[in-house]
Amino acid sequence: MIPGISIYEILTVTSILFFIGVYGFITRTNLISILISVELILNASVVNFVIINKYLFPEALQGVYFSIFIIAVAAAETALAVSIIINLYRQISSVEVKDIETMKY
Amino acid sequence: MNFSSFLLMRQEIALLVIILLLVIAEIFIPKKKKVSIVHLALFLFGIHAIIGFFEIDESSLFGGMFRTNHLIHFFKNVLNIGVLILLLQSADWIQEKIVNQNKGSEFFILLFSSLLGIYFMISAGDFLMFYLGLELSTLPVTALAAYETMKRISSESGIKLILSSALASGVSLFGISMLYASTGSIYFSEVVQVLSSTNLTLLGMVLLFAGISFKISLVPFHFWTADVYEGAPISIASYLSVISKGGAVFILMILLFTVLRPLAHIWENMIYVIAIATMFIGNLFALRQQNMKRFLAFSSIAQAGFILLGIMEGSKLGTATVVYFVLIYIFSNLAAFGVIQAISLQTGKERIKDYEGLYRTNPNLSLVLMLALFSLAGIPPVAGFFGKFFLFTAAASKGFYLLVFLAVVNVTISLYYYLIVVRAMFLRKGENPIPFFRNKIYMRIGLVITVLGILLLGIYSPIYDYIYDLSSALN
Repeated sequence: MIPGISIYEILTVTSILFFIGVYGFITRTNLISILISVELILNASVVNFVIINKYLFPEALQGVYFSIFIIAVAAAETALAVSIIINLYRQISSVEVKDIETMKY
Repeated sequence: MNFSSFLLMRQEIALLVIILLLVIAEIFIPKKKKVSIVHLALFLFGIHAIIGFFEIDESSLFGGMFRTNHLIHFFKNVLNIGVLILLLQSADWIQEKIVNQNKGSEFFILLFSSLLGIYFMISAGDFLMFYLGLELSTLPVTALAAYETMKRISSESGIKLILSSALASGVSLFGISMLYASTGSIYFSEVVQVLSSTNLTLLGMVLLFAGISFKISLVPFHFWTADVYEGAPISIASYLSVISKGGAVFILMILLFTVLRPLAHIWENMIYVIAIATMFIGNLFALRQQNMKRFLAFSSIAQAGFILLGIMEGSKLGTATVVYFVLIYIFSNLAAFGVIQAISLQTGKERIKDYEGLYRTNPNLSLVLMLALFSLAGIPPVAGFFGKFFLFTAAASKGFYLLVFLAVVNVTISLYYYLIVVRAMFLRKGENPIPFFRNKIYMRIGLVITVLGILLLGIYSPIYDYIYDLSSALN
């Protein structure tokens, strides 16, 4: 609980974070930036879980331990994505979206 | 603590043991004999698939996080059979192409990890287990899609798959957090008791549904499908289209029928629209494909649209028809992918044009592919017809006549493009048809099993009755 701040402000921030992530995922043209956008989405949900747990249901810890699992899985996801991007970079020396268009339509 | 209750997780534990045994085998088998790891993995998984048929009690573990019942157990067996056929079909590819690069055992370890994830996902009793299962089933497959590290399109498909699936899981997590906010619990059994249709729960449900739709490749979320199928190794494309999609359909059904049951009047409308869009877009895009893998990708999108018809029914009949259809779909799609894999392994050709005159040179293979395509299209003597027929019956029993009519229109469209392939194989002569070749023993066993499945599942009615009896478990 943060004194002076209600749950509404924090949920507004996480919602904005979530939609920034979605917007970035759609508009960015660099694979690394897309990956960062995905991280924003995941972190928005992490904050959501912790805050909802703390403010609304403080008697159980379900939201908090859920968030720990999300952080761990997100790390694994990022590691895998970065390794695939590095492998791609070795072949085409680029991480731009416009260069991975060999398969289309 | 009573350790005998862990026997409920028998399938998961057995699969975990197989994975660990393969890790040990990778260490101890000398480099020259690495081919034997294929036989070892097939042998171990074959035993696992057979043992899986023994009954398991209905109960739950870990305070309801993990639960199992006869239907879930049956579905795990269906997935086992699918993976076994897939391994038989891809054994030659691994022996010839992958073992040289010293990556043979990793293929099996990653594939089995993904299957383990699907097990946990469909047995999930709360959203945490569901999320972990979803991730465990997705991440190894993305590694496998980028498996041919020397090929550019393989890496491309890997990156497309991981970014889409990461977005999907992020979106569904945000949805789960909203359901958690409105109900105060992440356990399915507690959520369903307090769930009511408020704006917050509706948004949560839509986001959760969007996340799962990515895995099933329903229409607004289908863009990754064709690219990933084309770039990934064929066995992985067939895994994605069959096993992974089947597991996701099953968990979607569980979530909609049990957890989100109080919102049924809303998700019915949602699925109604998505089913129509999925069928039409999948079928219309499939019309103009030249590559067999892309063609099957769009065909699998369209099939997912048909599956939604069964989900629309929303109770016992719907469950039974969906599980039955997925069972048939596994056999038919694996047969089609198996033939493509055999041809691609021998000649490297994957375009529909290359299949011209296949009947003259390889009559057996073209017959198998024809049966598979007829089953996917739903032509009466083969099983696919009965699968689709039951799905339509389920939807019609709730009075969705317009939806059924549109689905029948789509069956007609799909018949056209399936027959394009059949025409290329049987009627066209072709300038340089694929030369005659003989498949190795594993591939032949794999194809024979799928053909038997396609022919018998439709005619042998006790299978459907058996599934129907099990299906009451969900409701």
